[in-house]
Amino acid sequence: MDRLFALVAVAVALVAAPFLKTVINRTKAAVAGRQGPPLLLPYRSLVRLMSKGAVYGSQTTWIFRAGPVVSLVSTMGALCLVPFAGRPALVHFEGDILLMAYLMGVGRFFTVFAAMDTGSSFEGMGADREAFFSALTEPSLLLGVAGLGAITGSLSLSGIYGKLGGSAFLGSNLPALIFILAAFVIVYLVENSRIPVDDPTTHLELTMIHEVMVLDHCGIDLAFIEYGGALKLWTMGLLVSGLVFPGGTGSLWLDVLLSLCCLMGFQVVVGLVESSSARLKMGRVPLLLAVAFVMSTLWIMWVVR
Amino acid sequence: MKQLLMALLLLVDLNMFATSRVDSLIRSAALQGAIVVCLVALSSVGGLSSVELAFLLVTGLVKAVCLPMVMFKALRSVGIRRELEPMIGYRKSLFVGLFAVGLSLWISVKLPMPPGVDDPMGLSVALLSMMAGMFLVVSRKKAISQAVGYLVMENGIYFMGPAVAVHHPLVVEAGVLLDLFVGVFVMGVIILHIRREFNHIDVDRLSELKD
Repeated sequence: MDRLFALVAVAVALVAAPFLKTVINRTKAAVAGRQGPPLLLPYRSLVRLMSKGAVYGSQTTWIFRAGPVVSLVSTMGALCLVPFAGRPALVHFEGDILLMAYLMGVGRFFTVFAAMDTGSSFEGMGADREAFFSALTEPSLLLGVAGLGAITGSLSLSGIYGKLGGSAFLGSNLPALIFILAAFVIVYLVENSRIPVDDPTTHLELTMIHEVMVLDHCGIDLAFIEYGGALKLWTMGLLVSGLVFPGGTGSLWLDVLLSLCCLMGFQVVVGLVESSSARLKMGRVPLLLAVAFVMSTLWIMWVVR
Repeated sequence: MKQLLMALLLLVDLNMFATSRVDSLIRSAALQGAIVVCLVALSSVGGLSSVELAFLLVTGLVKAVCLPMVMFKALRSVGIRRELEPMIGYRKSLFVGLFAVGLSLWISVKLPMPPGVDDPMGLSVALLSMMAGMFLVVSRKKAISQAVGYLVMENGIYFMGPAVAVHHPLVVEAGVLLDLFVGVFVMGVIILHIRREFNHIDVDRLSELKD
């Protein structure tokens, strides 16, 4: 039964992930007083890109072709490890936290590698920034999850998020929720190249981070990258929204409904953050990441004190 | 509720380590004063008498409203907005802050506690506030930041009493508060005069004074 539920959850994620972008964009449009893009725009652009072929530069090798595929597949792998609504994920075992973190890492590695493979100096610059910033987020993510593992006594994502719904999170650990939430939200913004760190809609190469890496990809490859980005939004979003509502109401439908609301609500929050803040100067980004690291460390100090 | 306030206090302390703007520093100190007074009110055993309540209210008013207002007034009249070149950079300050959190937790776990105190978190947050104040005094060049540092240190000492003492420590605190009020007040006046004489309030440039 659990396995069937997990399978359905993954299928829903595969279908609904691009919709998260719509939620963010609609929130930003609403704050700015604009009408906003059509609800199904991410799907339409995916279909449009899918129907096109790919063009490869004569300088590129197989790495450039493998980049989008590997990053999409590894994100899908990570998606299978993250539990939904407090129920176990499709694949779970002790220590799958590390597998999730490093599946994300593999995806990023191949995107960076593919960008370097083009030999373009712009893409190399973007790759450099992405590698630098995402390397700095990793300690925050792992420390945060390790603290969760300490209070739930489990090292598997399914175990952790399954037990959060019980009493593990209440009592004296509740205030520390601020710390880990702050850390995870910053990690989320950095990993998905959202605004205080990177602007997904910018077209000024000098300030781009993620977008500049995928400038040379087109057609079906770009579709893979966009879709992989949407899946990453969903996967990491579950990690954050699972902390706010870990499930455990007893009724399956209520859990699912509230979890989905929480996930969407979190995207609205991201949209609000994006429309209320400007992007940071490149040199200030490490300070933000340092804050995330400090928050994770505070969290772990608080729970193991 | 107490735990939540302590977590907030921790965040405010860390903000003071890392912020570059003097006005945000003063605002943090005001918030810290309010939180500390609430914590003291919450941690009194067996309810507050009306005298104690009045005393707490006055303390809160002084810490969270009067002193910050005096400082904002000084800030406006000297016309600075941020500490441009601190002796220790902001990123480093943040990590010093983290180290201070660790150190204060370690100390508070090691210290023998009087019976009746079971949660070491209060002591460690109080210690952290004192360290933050000390750090501000040592590492910032602007006299206003240093004055805020004294205020923060005092907040730490003020919270230290109820965090470890079981009996009524409020009378002792009254003396401390009075000292600090006078100290900060004098400092505000002095800062104004220094500024009027020398057109800046960098303390390390004051050491070049000759007669």
